[in-house]
Amino acid sequence: MTALFSAKSITKKYGRQIGCEDVSFDVYAGEVLGIVGESGSGKSTLLNCISGQIGFDSGSVHFDMRDRGFCDMATLSEPERRFLARTDMAFVHQNPRDGLRMAVSAGGNIGERLMNIGARHYGDIRATASEWMSRVELSTNRIDDRPFAFSGGMQQRLQIARNLVTAPRLIFMDEPTGGLDVSVQARLLDLLRGLVQELGLAVIIVTHDLAVVRMLADRMMVMQQGRVVEEGLADQVLDDPQHAYSQLLVSSVLQV
Amino acid sequence: MFDVRNVSKTFCLHHQGGTEITVLKDASFQVGSGECVALTGPSGAGKSTILRLLYGNYLLQDGYIRIGNTDLAKAAPRDILSMRQSHLGYVSQFLRVLPRVSTLKVVCEPMLKAGMDAVAAETRAKDLLHKLRIPDRLWHLSPLTFSGGEQQRVNIARGLGPTYPALLLDEPTASLDAANRETVLELINVARQDGAAIIGIFHDKAAREQVCDREIDVSNFGVGYVHA
Repeated sequence: MTALFSAKSITKKYGRQIGCEDVSFDVYAGEVLGIVGESGSGKSTLLNCISGQIGFDSGSVHFDMRDRGFCDMATLSEPERRFLARTDMAFVHQNPRDGLRMAVSAGGNIGERLMNIGARHYGDIRATASEWMSRVELSTNRIDDRPFAFSGGMQQRLQIARNLVTAPRLIFMDEPTGGLDVSVQARLLDLLRGLVQELGLAVIIVTHDLAVVRMLADRMMVMQQGRVVEEGLADQVLDDPQHAYSQLLVSSVLQV
Repeated sequence: MFDVRNVSKTFCLHHQGGTEITVLKDASFQVGSGECVALTGPSGAGKSTILRLLYGNYLLQDGYIRIGNTDLAKAAPRDILSMRQSHLGYVSQFLRVLPRVSTLKVVCEPMLKAGMDAVAAETRAKDLLHKLRIPDRLWHLSPLTFSGGEQQRVNIARGLGPTYPALLLDEPTASLDAANRETVLELINVARQDGAAIIGIFHDKAAREQVCDREIDVSNFGVGYVHA
């Protein structure tokens, strides 16, 4: 087996400030990588760099393309990159408004992704959109409502449905469960785990919720001040953290 | 199957004055296929630590552990994961699963990961739940709402569902009544007869005598609490 996605020595600086420095990892199909760290540790910067949302100063990102194998993303043309971002890759933003079209109906938000990969039959698209709304526990009666009429948590679920509907091979997630009720959070994690297992999709998830990492991630990286201070099996890093900062993170979780 | 040589384990607590706690020193033993071995010793002697080291849940820093063809000190996280999926089962003391997922699904999950097809996994899951006396009206409910003993039996069904060549059992009979305890011991015996190498912690002496071929006293490896 070879990697689906790999990042090599990614460095991004904001002036003299370090965003992230010299971060390397790879992800295989069917794997979930969790990235944790406190606010300002560079985890979102890293995610934005590797997913092509922002540029980076040095390093490289490779993706195993369907048609031509392992490719340096920097060598792709703009249309190719955009095509990839609509098909095989997806990005779930922390703020759902960044990932949704607020003036388009909920059903349209999901349907648009389907049309991007060639779906044209209105009835089928609407049926699939409706099915996905129920999978993320949104009432299908709201299919024609626009996202600004939804609560924050509902918008987030819609964004997740929009991103998962086309079964991309790699999903980037930035604090996807932050604004969700715990009940919905559990259902979404189950949905994601099922997809990872059935379709072999890969997920790179940034979160500060260690419970999400424990339930979802196979491997994890702990970041502090832009650098990866510890990485390994998710349960090993959580149960036997080696670095002082990882120990602090793990020991600070409140028990319910 | 299990080859453990000169394994030591020290925890360094960075936020509690850098205290170092050595739990194991120079642990060495082997367990072969078809053999069931009990780890014994007083509480705190390092029995669970050994199981967790073998499962890759604790980081192996010092010594050598080989399970089947996997050398744990050299294995990448990915190798450990694939070993767990198809070769190494672990029944922990606590059930840790996603909320709102049905018991049947929770029990099927490790079998699906081990590569069984969905129908066979479901048949096996139902059979195990039935044997372990979890009434079928509970199967579609999340096990997190169950009693302690029921949760433990669900955990056992998860661990014994796939036919792993190696098994780790952390007090599998601790909170069970006599009938269920008997069932669990039978299931362990079946796994052993199928050729699994089993390492377990059983506080119950009668259980040890019933399923184990021999015992390893962990206090020989332990060093008590030594502060550096």
